[in-house]
Amino acid sequence: MATQPIDQYARRLHPDTKAAVYDGSKQGHDKRTQVLFDHFPDPDRLRRIAGEIKQHVVENLDTYLPQVEARLQAHGVTVHWAATAEAANAAVLAIMRSRGATRMVKSKTMVSEETGLGPFLEQNGVECVETDLGEFIVQIDHDQPSHIVKPIIHKNRRQIAASFERHGLGAYDDDPETITRRARQHLRGKYLAADVGLTGANFVSAESGRLVVVTNEGNSRFCLAAPACHIAMVGIEKIVPRDRDLGLFLNLLARSGTGQQLTVYTEFISGPRSPAQPDGPEEMHVIFVDNGRTDVLASSCRDILRCIRCGACLNVCPVYRQASGHAYRSVYPGPVGAVLSPLLAGEDFAALADLPRASTLCGACHEVCPVDIPIPDLLLRLRDRAKQEGVPSPGTPPMGVWALLASRPAAWRAVLFGGKLINHLPVTLLPVPALRSWAGHHTLPEWRGGAFRSWLKDRQK
Amino acid sequence: MTTDRECILSRVRGALAPLAPLAPLANRAALPDWEAELVIMRQARGVVDEWSLFAERLRGVNGIPLTAVADLVALLMENGWRHGYCDPAIWPNLAPAFPATITVETTFDRARVDDYQFGITRASLAIAETGTVVLTDTGTSRRLAALAPWVHVAVVTRGAMVVDVPQAVAALPDDPNVIWCTGPSKTADVEGILIEGVHGPGVQAVLLLD
Repeated sequence: MATQPIDQYARRLHPDTKAAVYDGSKQGHDKRTQVLFDHFPDPDRLRRIAGEIKQHVVENLDTYLPQVEARLQAHGVTVHWAATAEAANAAVLAIMRSRGATRMVKSKTMVSEETGLGPFLEQNGVECVETDLGEFIVQIDHDQPSHIVKPIIHKNRRQIAASFERHGLGAYDDDPETITRRARQHLRGKYLAADVGLTGANFVSAESGRLVVVTNEGNSRFCLAAPACHIAMVGIEKIVPRDRDLGLFLNLLARSGTGQQLTVYTEFISGPRSPAQPDGPEEMHVIFVDNGRTDVLASSCRDILRCIRCGACLNVCPVYRQASGHAYRSVYPGPVGAVLSPLLAGEDFAALADLPRASTLCGACHEVCPVDIPIPDLLLRLRDRAKQEGVPSPGTPPMGVWALLASRPAAWRAVLFGGKLINHLPVTLLPVPALRSWAGHHTLPEWRGGAFRSWLKDRQK
Repeated sequence: MTTDRECILSRVRGALAPLAPLAPLANRAALPDWEAELVIMRQARGVVDEWSLFAERLRGVNGIPLTAVADLVALLMENGWRHGYCDPAIWPNLAPAFPATITVETTFDRARVDDYQFGITRASLAIAETGTVVLTDTGTSRRLAALAPWVHVAVVTRGAMVVDVPQAVAALPDDPNVIWCTGPSKTADVEGILIEGVHGPGVQAVLLLD
């Protein structure tokens, strides 16, 4: 029987990769649970309120977007809008060109992965260096990130050491500390020489216009300390209503993503550097990117726009753990990706319509989501959409015979009664050897088909 | 870009229109309120001495709390960190306790970022429950000096401490760049193994100075 694309990918996965992904995601999930319940008496209440706040934002973007724009402009920030990935990349390039800039250092942002910013800039003669250690390794390997928070969860130290050697970063050494020190030294030169630093934003406060950027490595701080210009690429759904809401979201984000109480660095940025400060950008741009988000907003799955990209649903997902992120063939893997990627694909929906089917609907993703997104419900809605649009679904068991029987009461009764023959199944005579062997070692439960019907009939008398 | 702006905003309005068929905003999700109490860690409830909670939480993220300039000097000497930068505004308070074998510059030359083994700058606030120090653009003399050296020493005063994250959010100053630092810079990108000192400091010390 044909299998789903995700199954096929999981089957081809190298055992080392599978082990790395399994261990990494399980570790993240275990730490999350321990820290959340150790620190808070009622972490579920935090999730529900955070979910309500983000749902409110999503349903009031028409009010919040102009409000945020006005706040940012009042702080001396130039605001740009990009309806598509191409427009977002072009906006970045236009800013670079207007400054005669040719070198960019870049902190991790998921929206720039969506738009393919790095390769686009390189094609246009701009050096664009990823500075997050994981993203840097992805870049020198010409690979793709396989996890939202841990981009190289699928690699081991030997592969990384080999990449460093190939890239001229010293002789082979797979000690993680040496790898990190070499990246530190190499990237320092890049920061100090760069004309522009690019970041994303984890949150934007509508009240004050503050952008919040969180990192552990300190790379976004360097991107905002050495270069003279800061560009932030921000998805239009990143808003929180009030500064005080940041207190709730920051408490949830790091605990959900990595099991930390806070990430090492939490930056609140509201404009270019202050006049007395010698370091940092004198010019700041924010690009609000749509790239399919308004389509998601118009769909029955708009709840997915609450997502704060913590990666908790990836870590807990039994399918992600077996298949790894690349199996999702898109920027967003795991349960969030199974919803978001087909929606963001626009006209290419059918190409990713198998993702919502690669789930048992176990609900673990909903339980860990810091903004309480009912992911299993959304998966069902997308399955329905695929069915309505007639997208073929290889790997789904044929349901035609079942549908035929279930819609004809007489046929149904006949099968329920006929099923009793299984109780007298001559195991030794089964035609398929594998089935014979299996049935020889297992005891089937007694067929009781029709028992409920006769019970009900008696009762009604 | 005006066209993209109008395009996005009109698409947003179009997408949200079905939520309000009769009365505007009526069918949209309301903004809930929440009490700060909800997100205050168990460990931070009923705190008497903010510094002891801060010190404990800072140690929890592998940071080093210090209560005397002599302890800072000892730390630097022990590890052979003999050259660094200090914010000119606080150097007069520290200089008397520093031996001649440690050389300190009060200007920071970005052409020599790797010459500075340590950087001493002011923190405008500390958050006890997380062991966090808060740097600002107006309070920190140089962004790079608090970031590039292997050791960062943040100087805080007892009066500039809050217990929890909601209080720290409420105290966010009117400053274009506020940074909360919680321990040394770190990564677990390689096989989930914790390595400290990635792009920022590998050692985060906090000196309480009254």
